[in-house]
Amino acid sequence: MKARHLDTLLLLLCLGFAWELIYALVGPDVVPSPVTTLRRAGELVQTANFWKDAASTGHAFALACAIGIGGGIAIGLLLGFSKLATEVADPMLGTIYSIPKITLYPIILLIFGLNLSAKVAFGVIHGVFPVIIATMSALRNVPPIHRRTAHVLGLSPAATISTVLVPAALPEIFSGIRIGVAVTLLGTLLAEMFASASGLGFALTRAMELHEVVDIFALALLIFASAAILNGSLLALERRLRGHD
Amino acid sequence: MINRLTMIPPTEMAGALWQIASSGKFNADILFTVTNTAAAITLSVIGGFLAGATLHAMPRLRHAANPLLSAYYAVPVFVFYPLLIVAFGVGRGALIAMGALVGIVAMIVNTLDGLDRVPPVLIKTAEVLKLGYARKLLLVRLPAALPYLVTGVKLAAAYSVIGIVAGEFILATAGIGKRIAFGYQDFDNRTMYGMLLLLLILVMVVNGALAYWEKRLHRRFGRS
Amino acid sequence: MTDPALVDAGIHIEARGITKIFAAVGGGNDVHAVGPLDLDIRHGEFFSVVGPSGCGKSTLLDILAGLTRPTSGTVVCAGAKVGAAVPDGIGVVFQQDASFAWLSVKDNVAFGLRRKGFAAPEIKRRVDHALAFMGLSGFAGAYPAQLSGGMRQRVCIARTLVMQPSVLLLDEPFAALDQQTRLLMGDELLRIWRDTGATVVLITHALDEAGMLSDRIGIMSARPGRFIDIVATGWPRDRDSRIVSDRHFGEVTARLWTRLREESLRAIGRDEMPASAAQQAHRP
Repeated sequence: MKARHLDTLLLLLCLGFAWELIYALVGPDVVPSPVTTLRRAGELVQTANFWKDAASTGHAFALACAIGIGGGIAIGLLLGFSKLATEVADPMLGTIYSIPKITLYPIILLIFGLNLSAKVAFGVIHGVFPVIIATMSALRNVPPIHRRTAHVLGLSPAATISTVLVPAALPEIFSGIRIGVAVTLLGTLLAEMFASASGLGFALTRAMELHEVVDIFALALLIFASAAILNGSLLALERRLRGHD
Repeated sequence: MINRLTMIPPTEMAGALWQIASSGKFNADILFTVTNTAAAITLSVIGGFLAGATLHAMPRLRHAANPLLSAYYAVPVFVFYPLLIVAFGVGRGALIAMGALVGIVAMIVNTLDGLDRVPPVLIKTAEVLKLGYARKLLLVRLPAALPYLVTGVKLAAAYSVIGIVAGEFILATAGIGKRIAFGYQDFDNRTMYGMLLLLLILVMVVNGALAYWEKRLHRRFGRS
Repeated sequence: MTDPALVDAGIHIEARGITKIFAAVGGGNDVHAVGPLDLDIRHGEFFSVVGPSGCGKSTLLDILAGLTRPTSGTVVCAGAKVGAAVPDGIGVVFQQDASFAWLSVKDNVAFGLRRKGFAAPEIKRRVDHALAFMGLSGFAGAYPAQLSGGMRQRVCIARTLVMQPSVLLLDEPFAALDQQTRLLMGDELLRIWRDTGATVVLITHALDEAGMLSDRIGIMSARPGRFIDIVATGWPRDRDSRIVSDRHFGEVTARLWTRLREESLRAIGRDEMPASAAQQAHRP
């Protein structure tokens, strides 16, 4: 096993100890012990209900990613290739990005109703912006010399884009994708928390209402673990793209 | 076209906002949210910078923590809200803690980015002038990284607001979030949308100011 | 035409048995960058180091400055051993722009003095003098982003001079500048050297620069860098860049290049280059 992976495991162990410490200080009403949480998580993973919820969330999440990340890259590329479009879009995107998306929740719920499309819409509005912004920034950061080199080599615009610009911009685009994926998951979960009767978000809300502290932590832990694994795989891919380890 | 129960025209929203602002009826709530946000942003920024600087100084720890940092964004951190309430009581404490928790990771990530971009020759210069670690960090690294740190402040601010207003929405004891929640429940669309609009404007003003500062810094440093 | 004062001067910097080996990262061999080498630099001397790319010149300067610890060997400066910290009285000018973008020119130059706790009137006196000396008086309130590369480098030099160093180390300070600016800065450097009486060690890849500025020039081999020759120029102390028209100058640079040519070829991985057809045709 790579030293790097070992380090992360070591860090997780240290965090586990810190958790145990907080539990000892604050008591089981606020924070359950790590052991109890892990046990509960193990139990949950064996119930059919959990997997039903997970599938529901996963379904919406996958759709939201496809639309949000894919669409985000496409829009980012389109805007990024035109200098004028970039200049116009930049301030707008920055402002839109900073709008607390919760202000849009009522509107989305009213448009889409309480079902899958609302979940997907939530996920998309959360995830699409980091991806667009990162894509545009990545294109901007491609050294101008690359474009000139492609010109000198007599490449067509399409060839320039596909063989020079996109590969050059890909690593930074990937950083944006990583964040986009994480917040898309967040958006999906939030939709389920506010306006759904299925999914892991809904399970969280139920646990919150019943003040089942252990369940809250167990679910959050499982969500965090999945997100961390997903993010870790994307990180490994990104490292490959950047050409170093 | 759209049902008046669901959404009111923008002109009415603006009108509602004007009413709210001029009547001063909700001033206490607005002040509550603003002070909470200010506190949460301060905590996120200072805590985030220190955490980021620490990670930057310990590359091994940083690489170990990397996959975990981005995964943080995925967890709806305010599921821990009830627990913060138990810990801090039903008041500002839980709200500010929530806001800070949501914003801190953005500051950490941008601090790391900014510190990465400090040209090594500046660190060498500091060593020639025999500056100790703390002075190297505060007098050279921090100013050199400032444009990127301000990006972090901008993002931390945006996230903190979300954490606090969402918390006020759920808790419904005070603040802009409470007014939105009440408006939603009482079908008082004017208040609800008026407050939403107010929130939007406040956020845009703060974000705009920080974005302007960010741009000026980049220009001062000679990068466009 | 040798300056007798120089011959009698004592040794200011003494390096013995210096080596620097960089440990391998992520699989691969250790990099033996420098040495073993010895070096004696006399008080008030202008000493240049030339060598092929990658021969370890900058590493050597880092070691002399106390920015890096040598793997083995010792450096003694003015009787005190140079450890892993930069000793007092050493000033370093780097190749990259080291000006602080967030401070004005004046604040940049005053930075070191302020950190050392000098009194405000003394700081003002030294800063004003350094700015005038480097021709920056009119730009005291400007910010580095508003200045050209050459001027920014002058700010860095002013910031170093204001500390009144007895040893001035320069790592290819003019490499990023155009030729004309480079020649003018060379003259400035000579003026600084004469006025401050400091011992100067200049790393450069430009042979003409080394030839016109230095009392002695150390030629480093390809990696691992060791001194293969030290050339003494014998120039008078009051020289400037017009020394290039002196007949001896051509001999100096010719000698430098003859020794360096083989090393440079070796550094890029080739021995004697095959003669082109044209060259062969001209052979007797």
